[in-house]
Amino acid sequence: MEYEIVIGMEIHVELQTKSKIFCSCPTEFGQDENTHVCPICLGMPGVLPVLNEKVVEYATMAGLALNCEIAHFSKMDRKNYFYPDLPKAYQTSQFDLPICTGGLVEIEVDGVKKDIGITRIHIEEDAGKLLHESADGSLVDVNRCGVPLIEIVTEPDMRSAEEARVFAEKVRNILEYTGVSDCKMQEGSMRFDVNLSIMEKGAKEYGTRTEMKNLNSFRSLVRAVAYESKRQIIELKKGHRIIQETRKWDDTKGVSSSLRSKEEAHDYRYFPEPDLVPIVLDEAYIEAMKKALPELPEAKKTRYIEEYQLPEYDAGVLTASGVTARFFEETVALYNEPKQISNWLMVEVPPLLKELELSMEEIPLKPTQLAELLELVKDGTISGSIGKKVLSDVFKTGQNPKVIVEKEGLAQMSDTGELEGIIEEIVKNQPKSIEDIKAGNEKAYGFLTGQVMKATKGQANPQVANEIIRKVVAKYL
Amino acid sequence: MALTKKTLHEISDLLNKKEVTVQEVTQSVIDQIDAVENKTQAYLKLETEQALETARTLDETLKSRDRKNVLEGIPYGLKDNMCTKGILTTCASKMLYNFIPPYDAHVYERLMVDGGILLGKTNMDEFAMGSSTENSAYQVTKNPWDLSKVPGGSSGGSAVAVAADMAYFSLGSDTGGSIRQPASFCGVVGLKPTYGLVSRYGLVAFASSLDQIGPFTKDVEDCALVLNAIAGHDKKDSTSLNIDKKDYTVGLKDGVKGMKIGVAKAFFGQGLLPEVRQKLEEAIALYKEMGAEIVDVSFEYLDYALSAYYMISSAEASSNLARYDGIRYGFRAEEFDGLVDLYRKTRSQGFGSEVKRRIMLGTYALSSGYYDAYYKKAMQVRTLIKTDFDEVFKNCDVLLTPTSPTTAFGIGEKTSNPLEMYLSDIYTVPVNIAGIPGISIPCGLDQQGLPIGMQLLGSVLSEEKLLQAAWAFENESGYKNMKAPLGEEA
Repeated sequence: MEYEIVIGMEIHVELQTKSKIFCSCPTEFGQDENTHVCPICLGMPGVLPVLNEKVVEYATMAGLALNCEIAHFSKMDRKNYFYPDLPKAYQTSQFDLPICTGGLVEIEVDGVKKDIGITRIHIEEDAGKLLHESADGSLVDVNRCGVPLIEIVTEPDMRSAEEARVFAEKVRNILEYTGVSDCKMQEGSMRFDVNLSIMEKGAKEYGTRTEMKNLNSFRSLVRAVAYESKRQIIELKKGHRIIQETRKWDDTKGVSSSLRSKEEAHDYRYFPEPDLVPIVLDEAYIEAMKKALPELPEAKKTRYIEEYQLPEYDAGVLTASGVTARFFEETVALYNEPKQISNWLMVEVPPLLKELELSMEEIPLKPTQLAELLELVKDGTISGSIGKKVLSDVFKTGQNPKVIVEKEGLAQMSDTGELEGIIEEIVKNQPKSIEDIKAGNEKAYGFLTGQVMKATKGQANPQVANEIIRKVVAKYL
Repeated sequence: MALTKKTLHEISDLLNKKEVTVQEVTQSVIDQIDAVENKTQAYLKLETEQALETARTLDETLKSRDRKNVLEGIPYGLKDNMCTKGILTTCASKMLYNFIPPYDAHVYERLMVDGGILLGKTNMDEFAMGSSTENSAYQVTKNPWDLSKVPGGSSGGSAVAVAADMAYFSLGSDTGGSIRQPASFCGVVGLKPTYGLVSRYGLVAFASSLDQIGPFTKDVEDCALVLNAIAGHDKKDSTSLNIDKKDYTVGLKDGVKGMKIGVAKAFFGQGLLPEVRQKLEEAIALYKEMGAEIVDVSFEYLDYALSAYYMISSAEASSNLARYDGIRYGFRAEEFDGLVDLYRKTRSQGFGSEVKRRIMLGTYALSSGYYDAYYKKAMQVRTLIKTDFDEVFKNCDVLLTPTSPTTAFGIGEKTSNPLEMYLSDIYTVPVNIAGIPGISIPCGLDQQGLPIGMQLLGSVLSEEKLLQAAWAFENESGYKNMKAPLGEEA
């Protein structure tokens, strides 16, 4: 029997606001425990939340970027459960009236295009963190409490781990573009929950699904989907039924295990948050957000092909990340050779980043420096191969290319006077070459050029050197 | 007349004329507290030393300038569910027996800015749940008109502090009648403002969509003066109404000539004590005499208000009180085995039985499978009741009702029957459901000599009209700044 994997996703994305969702505490990551807290995010008696307007703005922009309808009327609700990382014992979220509904994202896998439906996007607050570090018990860090999140819920439209990965990457790319989140997965700014079920190929009714929570990299997403789909298929082949449950993915062991069954699931007792007023957005607000939305990846790719005459492949690679696209555009503005910049960004930059174990976000090279470097190559000050060496030095020292070229004496020797001296000396010491040339062997010119390059450590401008060699040799003929 | 017996505005006049000092005023109230508090037990925590210190400093300052406003130098009490930085705030619960907030309630901040002098935190039903102040984890407050009677609740301590001249005014909170009903039982003026008129920031929540802070005073003019101080927008409370500040004393004494006063059968139903009914009828007659027009109005859904109230308030309470888990502050059970056991033991031992009853009721009403039948239905009833009031206020300016069906009942009389206790709020609860303002003023005494309260209701933000109607009655009827026998003895 042939099986089909059915995948739906819930993606939690931390919004990059300066302050938390209901108070003025900063959202900065990686600070000392419990330093970014106040009575409000600690849920102390009598305090009240005030919704950060920036959160509504960012959620609206995210919704528009993912082709959602923006609700003119939505509201916050309380999701009640007890846990020490949740000081109020309820998470303020959105239940039946989320801010965004009905979006879609087009993905392409193996040349096949497909729409993945977005059911809804809602606003909520993050919880704190439990630190299990003492034998006496756990400690709580509340810094993350009240950091604003959006939760993106998809339709069960994905059919493979690859589709899930491509979709997740695309969503990340789009959100990164809009600037609503930094989408840093290693900092937990983007987390995936995967709902997965198996059905007979072509069946109309979905199978029983399981949910895997908090996958925090594309790699673990792919591995978890692969593992869980295989597990379910084996169960089904054995004639077992799939149990609806929440499963925990262990990334180190590469296995998922049961966390809690449907029967053990919380009853969250959602009800409207009485401390906040409904979110009412008029058409003018939504229009203004649309205008504020930056150019998104698809549109940018098309523009790169048309405006810069880049091949589709180049345009795709450059727009796959907002950071790379921004770098590219800033460099083009300074040095109008798009294809050349594209080549350097796609070929020369990645190995250097890898060597220094840096991401594109952390690139030590500035667009001004790349533009300067390419100018130096273009005007013949340095050769292409010296250019690569200079680029590597910029990465390591942060100095500007001109400074490096000067300090290291890397400029090509086009000074005919100096070159003439060196060449006269070489030709004098190579009577064999003169003989060869006399005998009609033109290759000897090449040999002499090689000797000049060697003597100048590659700094001689080959064209200029060639002309002088011919002039000097002529004296002997 | 002793200083303590005077009203806030009378004392303010004396202070303005420099006939008394702030210290004399403060000391006289403290003397009164010393004399009667052991009988009434209105205060949970007294701050008398600090109050005298503040008074001394203020007197020094007032040598070189005039008082900046009417509340400057006036001693008052605060219900113990309003946060006071550095001062124990317990909500009369064991759960918060050691809780000292690091922040102030908005109203306390306002009163501090105006120069009021805090005397102490007043007793209440635990987390404001109750109608008699018997649900306090610490003490039972007695009614100064008869020490064997309850003062009403949940703001019983604040009502008694004013009724027994142990404060010139006090603040209470009203979720279903917790200001108006004790005001009625203790013979003082109590106002529940429109929902959103006074910021709830720093008021420990019972039911967020119903809670509202308001004043207890000795007369209606004082009520307007305190409302002036505490009303107004606060950006820290999203449900606070963004409207301009008003002076509620303007038009206060304009009378009721031509005012339409509504009377509805629904508020004179079963369980209403005949003596209460009689005094209310006398009040209606007096209004007529004063030139008001009495109109009959009717309600369709009022019978469901009490049930809807207990669903909504308990549902919100179950969520609001979930944070008391023994992890970060307040009470924690001494012995426990693991996290869940810590929660269970802390909450079992830390909450009193009425609070636990409401938490269970509310949790049930919100549970999956019951939500539609209880919480959602109650919210629908809420909408219908609002509509009912909207219709009524198309036909009258002010609605006149009893505040409570009875006068103060005996201590211990209703503690074993919660449902009977809940009926004490039958006339006050619909007001919170609708979010409209309501004031309770004295309208006589029953045969036992216990005060009877009359409630005046108006549409959203009609406080001026209510105060105007209340002032006219108070002035004409003479039921003004009535003195409890206990106060006389002292």
